[in-house]
Amino acid sequence: MFIEFGFYIVVLAFALALFAVFAAVRGYLQPSDRWVESARRAMFLTFPLLLLAASILITLLISNHFEVQYVYSVTSRAMPLYLKVTALWGGQPGSLLFWSLLMSAFATAVSLRKWDRDREFLPWVIVVTSVTLAFFLSLIIFFENPFARWWQTPTGDFVAQMFPPKNATLTTPSDGEGLNPLLRHPGMIIHPPMLYLGFVAFVIPYAFAIAALVTGRTDDRWIRLTRRWTLVAWLFLSLGLVLGMRWAYDVLGWGGYWGWDPVEIAALLPWLTGTPFLHSVMIEEKRGMLKQWNMFLIILTYALVIFGTFLTRSGVLSSVHAFAQSAIGPMFFGFIAFTFVISAALLIHRWKTLKADGEMHSLLSREALFLLNNLLFMGVLVVCLWGILFPLISEIFTGQKVTVGPPFYERAVAPLFAALMALMGIAPLAAWGRSTVQTLGRAMWKPAIPTLLTPLVLFALGISNWIALIGFTLVAFVIFITLHEYWRGVRARMKAQGEGLLTALIRLVSRNRRRYGGYLIHIAMVVMAIGILGIEVFQTTTQQSLAIGESLTLDGYTIRYDSLAQFPHADGRFVTRAVLSVFKDGKFLQELYPRYDLYPDGQPMTIPGVRTTLADDLYVVLVNWEDVSTMQAPFKVYHNPLINWLWIGSLLFIFGYAVAVWPQKEVA
Amino acid sequence: MKRRFVSLISLSFLLFSALAMMPQSRPALAQQPTPSDDEVNAIAQDLFCPVCENTPLDVCPTEACRQWRELIRQMLAEGKSEEEIKQYFVENYGARVLSEPPRTGLNWLAYLVPPVAFLAGVFLLFRAFQTWRRMAREAAAEAGSGSVPAAPPADEYAARFEAELKKRK
Repeated sequence: MFIEFGFYIVVLAFALALFAVFAAVRGYLQPSDRWVESARRAMFLTFPLLLLAASILITLLISNHFEVQYVYSVTSRAMPLYLKVTALWGGQPGSLLFWSLLMSAFATAVSLRKWDRDREFLPWVIVVTSVTLAFFLSLIIFFENPFARWWQTPTGDFVAQMFPPKNATLTTPSDGEGLNPLLRHPGMIIHPPMLYLGFVAFVIPYAFAIAALVTGRTDDRWIRLTRRWTLVAWLFLSLGLVLGMRWAYDVLGWGGYWGWDPVEIAALLPWLTGTPFLHSVMIEEKRGMLKQWNMFLIILTYALVIFGTFLTRSGVLSSVHAFAQSAIGPMFFGFIAFTFVISAALLIHRWKTLKADGEMHSLLSREALFLLNNLLFMGVLVVCLWGILFPLISEIFTGQKVTVGPPFYERAVAPLFAALMALMGIAPLAAWGRSTVQTLGRAMWKPAIPTLLTPLVLFALGISNWIALIGFTLVAFVIFITLHEYWRGVRARMKAQGEGLLTALIRLVSRNRRRYGGYLIHIAMVVMAIGILGIEVFQTTTQQSLAIGESLTLDGYTIRYDSLAQFPHADGRFVTRAVLSVFKDGKFLQELYPRYDLYPDGQPMTIPGVRTTLADDLYVVLVNWEDVSTMQAPFKVYHNPLINWLWIGSLLFIFGYAVAVWPQKEVA
Repeated sequence: MKRRFVSLISLSFLLFSALAMMPQSRPALAQQPTPSDDEVNAIAQDLFCPVCENTPLDVCPTEACRQWRELIRQMLAEGKSEEEIKQYFVENYGARVLSEPPRTGLNWLAYLVPPVAFLAGVFLLFRAFQTWRRMAREAAAEAGSGSVPAAPPADEYAARFEAELKKRK
């Protein structure tokens, strides 16, 4: 009863979402406030309903209801409670329900605001969010039902369905399959909700953009209304990406954080349009330009959000044939095409009214540099999108399967990101409207001196890799320029107001949070770049099989194999754990414990032993895919210089973000 | 102004193509009876088996991939070169074992589409700049003075900030 109840609630939410679409359109056309209000209330109702449905599913997950196929596939009796709860997004049907829940929560939050003078947007915001919600709910109801149960037919077959086939009896397996061990990691537990929060939050600015297009109110109001949503979406998407990297680094055991896997790229795609959007809307706010472009960017971002969910969910990546077999794939494809065509048609319809109010005066103005930033991001996007799509295109047209792997992306993307870093340094100095070489030069010459010294110092220290030299110089460029901007502001305050250094700094930042928080985010980005450069350029690795007491050396480190222990863990996995001693210059530093866990279902999980410092990581993997014995074991050792700065940069990023969006109390 | 922009484009294009042509450095392989894991991995890291999606061969835990690595070791011991070994895998398992599409036939599209699209973007942006500048000039001419157009209202904060700086100097 309980299980069917969960399903019916989802069906009810689906019906309400459809009704909201109908009522909102009718309310707009008539026009009738009562219909719009009715649509709004229908929308409100979806949230408690979906919350209830999700709660029911969580209850089933934690109470071992293995007759439910989803519960069976993602949990097992041995799993701890927190993993059972988070198994809500551990598989496809649960993820879709979770996505829908977030969508309805955000839609509800946004329609709760005071609409006063923006009331004309309301019906269309409801339409867009409800259509999106209805689409995801339809996937749950018709294809990926988390409440489907196991039935045994009279012929003895087991089928998973919501309702019993004829003469079938309900079957309850004694235990579930359990969550994929690779997903039992804090990074993986928080990573999907972060990404989903980012994905879903981007639907809100898109909904307002469509509302602006339909109603013809195409000034920058929709941008101002949704600025916070855009920032929230961007934060969660960024955090989701970083957490994914961290998870890969900690759990996958290949010594890296990013493998240019299509699934990773799928999550990056909306970030690649969301980030330029975040910048170019500023041009529209300040200068009334680029209205058409901003519309295009947010439409593209929405399409990529759905596309990203689709890529990871449809099986299209492994093969076009898997795509054709899965019912969910063509649905996604159709939905993306449908929304994109309608959005594009609306954009073309309003093209003339979106003409710019201002003009571009100078190639060195801030808006011109922002446009260049947009171009570079689009360049990265094209590379990534094409890299994902090309294998599919190749398979369709020639039948030949090809791999587009890391070298393809790295070669193309590295110069584009380098150019972006250069822009990050220059653009904040350029004024809106116009800048000349002289004004830019005046603002830049002081920080330029230490910047130019950077490669010389690094070269003197023995770094001769030209990619590293260019990269670190750009990092220095951004950091020095940004700090100099801070210093100019602080000094002006200290002189004008007679304030102390710290007071001046705090007041400067608190009165211009968006600007100085943004600067901090720039610094955070290049700090992350330090880590990326370190591992990409300077990573070294070796793999050797060691007998007990033997050691290997890598980049000045000596690693000795001391012992190996094998023991069962209380939760059923079987642990094989090595003890290694790390030495440098003959001095003992610490022990490392690389291990691998074998789960009852035969899934292995490789956990590296890592010694981490600000300068470098020593990352040791017990190579469980070769022969491991107590006497002799193979180890793969990575030396990853500077990688820690990637994680430090992401913490700084959160700090900068908090500074930028913290509600401003006093008005400057 | 135009020249600077053109040189910027050509510079980025040069950078792009220079990186595209960068040789992939690989330590020279020493001839020895049993090639080491590192020598095997140096080749394996550029190969992908058809079963494990997107996992390079050097870190792939499956039994099939282990056998492939042993095969590489064997071929190295026989004195085969990296090229020959990769060629062997391509012939037996198809082009998908390589980390990038081979540069032949339709596969050239993989390499040509992104730079062409990017250059098209550069061109469009450049045209847009030209149009905007013409519009700005015309607007200035209409204003009568014929001089440079008045600076648009710049960033209010920046203006105040600069004024304060000047005052204090």
